[in-house]
Amino acid sequence: MRINTGLGGTAGLLAAALVLAACGSDDDGGGTAGGDPLQNADATEVTLTITDNSIVGGKNSEGATWITDYVIPEFIAMQEEKGVDVTIEFEENGVDDEDYKTKIALDLQSGAGGDIISIDGIWTGEFAEAGYIAPLSDVAGDAVEEWDGWDQIPEAVQQSMTFDDQAYGIPVGTDGRVIYFNKELFAQAGLPEDWQPTSWDEILEAARALKQIEGVTPLQINAGVPMGEATTMQGFLPLLVGTGEEIWADDTWTGATEGVTQVLDFYAQVYGEEQLGDPLLQQEAQGRDTSFQLFASGQLGMLIEGDYLWRSVINPDGGIAPMTNRDQVVGWAKIPAREPGAGINGQDFVSMSGGTGRVINPNTEFPQQAWELLTFMNSPEAFEALIAGGGARITPRDDVNAQALAGDPLMSFIAEEVLPITAYRPALAIYPQVSVALQNATAAVAAGTPPEEAADAYQSELEGIVGDDGSIAD
Amino acid sequence: MTTVPSPTDVDPAGAPSAPEGGARRAHVDDGDAAGLGRWRATGFVAPAMLVIAIFLVFPAVWTLYLGLTNWRLTGLAAAEPEFVGTENYTDALSDPAFRNSLMLTLVFVFFSAIIGQSVLGFALAWTARRLRPAVRSVLETVVLLAWIIPASVVAFLWLALLDRREGTLNALLGTDGTAWLLEYPMQSIIVFNIWNGTAFSMLLFSSALASVPPSQFETARMAGAGTFATLRDVVLPNIRGHILTNTLLITLWTFNVFAPYLITAGGPQGRTEILGVYIYRVALRDGSLGQGAALSLIMIIINLIVASVYLRLLRERRS
Repeated sequence: MRINTGLGGTAGLLAAALVLAACGSDDDGGGTAGGDPLQNADATEVTLTITDNSIVGGKNSEGATWITDYVIPEFIAMQEEKGVDVTIEFEENGVDDEDYKTKIALDLQSGAGGDIISIDGIWTGEFAEAGYIAPLSDVAGDAVEEWDGWDQIPEAVQQSMTFDDQAYGIPVGTDGRVIYFNKELFAQAGLPEDWQPTSWDEILEAARALKQIEGVTPLQINAGVPMGEATTMQGFLPLLVGTGEEIWADDTWTGATEGVTQVLDFYAQVYGEEQLGDPLLQQEAQGRDTSFQLFASGQLGMLIEGDYLWRSVINPDGGIAPMTNRDQVVGWAKIPAREPGAGINGQDFVSMSGGTGRVINPNTEFPQQAWELLTFMNSPEAFEALIAGGGARITPRDDVNAQALAGDPLMSFIAEEVLPITAYRPALAIYPQVSVALQNATAAVAAGTPPEEAADAYQSELEGIVGDDGSIAD
Repeated sequence: MTTVPSPTDVDPAGAPSAPEGGARRAHVDDGDAAGLGRWRATGFVAPAMLVIAIFLVFPAVWTLYLGLTNWRLTGLAAAEPEFVGTENYTDALSDPAFRNSLMLTLVFVFFSAIIGQSVLGFALAWTARRLRPAVRSVLETVVLLAWIIPASVVAFLWLALLDRREGTLNALLGTDGTAWLLEYPMQSIIVFNIWNGTAFSMLLFSSALASVPPSQFETARMAGAGTFATLRDVVLPNIRGHILTNTLLITLWTFNVFAPYLITAGGPQGRTEILGVYIYRVALRDGSLGQGAALSLIMIIINLIVASVYLRLLRERRS
């Protein structure tokens, strides 16, 4: 026994030493993050990696193709003229946003990861607080202030990549949410082709009419945890702003308020007895993809989604659930407030907007070159090439949008009708945890829990997240 | 282990275990058969000990430490985790989701491993004995395939099989629209795991049955014993050790298995959230790494308890 104890003691000491060493290196990593902006500024051999949640032939295929066929060769050619030999690697991903987030958070935590990384704007706060990303001017220096592109990006759009009044990345664009509907099914149900509901009840009425058609699910409102942020962004929050409330207002989180209960009650009407929506679909691990396929094949009547659905999912040219007759069959309407005038700011119609962006990894070996690549990817020429290759999208740049969106009816509808009435999520680090609490609440209601009960459970979960220091309204 | 000198024992002349005094030379008394001497022996063992320390002891201690912090994947608590004492552990033990997950794990292990894989594996091994060698190797190959194919591929096959709209099973049974993974989630992953892991039990029992002396079978047959009596009185006493070993191994494997995540992702509504999946969700999807570390340690302890119970049973049987 004496021998064993001796060994254990040694091992214990060794382990303790390693723990201390590991702690030390963590601190070092934090210290050098965003260190010297001019590091390797004059290098003639440069390697950069772009990490994005897109993959040729899969998720966001048009974006991946653009990076592979336009950004990389063009940038290499540009640098060659300056006598710099650049190698660019493209780290493709084609997974759910939540999995992608976990992956890049682990990358950044261990000091690894691509030089330019795409992130959802809503992660900016938590990544910044964790020290995974740094303000652009800390990483790339004065060049950031001097970039002429900032003037072209509206304040509200810049906000999506801003935390504590500092820009952490350049936004890639913004989006807006509408109710998509299938005009053919609407015609069968005796509903107008230019349908525009003005209250939640009118959505439900249309759903009841669609319910009469055999083999058709009238309506999916995203709910549940498997859909992740899509549940919050395409389901809960657009409904909540339609009750006149926001999830975070006046430095206060919204608890089990009247508005929250009304939203959950709407879910109960959709997924409850009448079965206007399919509650099982919301529980499937791949439910969102399935809802896309159902919509594309004309088995789903209405779906609240962003412009992502239009340009990357049902796009007949390169979408993941292509719909050859998209332009003829798919209609769209603004999301109504619960009843006219009941929305935030007394609005009749509402929407939610988010936006993704790209950041520079603070651990990059080549901050100047990474910044150059980043601005190149956000140049008007690059956006024009992207649009030419994959259909219209709302870019962050006003100068590009003005001409690029004209050719696409849905995109110009969102830019002109939806963006002026839209709302944004709070850029706070704990928002993603609140979002999960909301997803849990919708999941419970879709599975049959009474709305009031789900609201109470949400309230107590929220208290656990925020701490019960009185910053919750109910 | 007792022949390994302690690296921390700095007294080379100590000769701690010399019961017969100076009658023999010290290194013989130490059981130092190779004649290496304490220091050289230490030198040989040190690399192994170092590897164990780095890859086994250190992660365990590190997990213990992390479990006492509020470390998160992102946000402020990622940069500056705070020490929270045993809060993670008390939270876990009072959390219904954790208890639910533990309960699901026990059910999962009991039905898919102890009942499913053992019984099916034995049945296959027992039946295969009498089959013609050609048929037998086909059977074994098929069962083994289920074990060998990578989990991600297997998961895809099962998703295709159980799919609600275009699933093979619904087409075969004519039960169009049955969402097996949502209506019978636990049953689905139990059957999946039995299918996936039976090969091991089958192989182990095949060799165990081969070790039963043929003369005993012969005697049983002469005495007119039926199949049940033969199993009870001839086979079981001979392979009891194998049964214990098999149960120990598949219990531990099944307890730690993660593959069901690829099929149900813990859903619907946490109804298939077995421990491995639950920890993954808490630590990586929700980002509570500290909480995840605490849960992992609880899981390790349960594993150790299970293992020590089995080992004790095994030892008692031998003595």
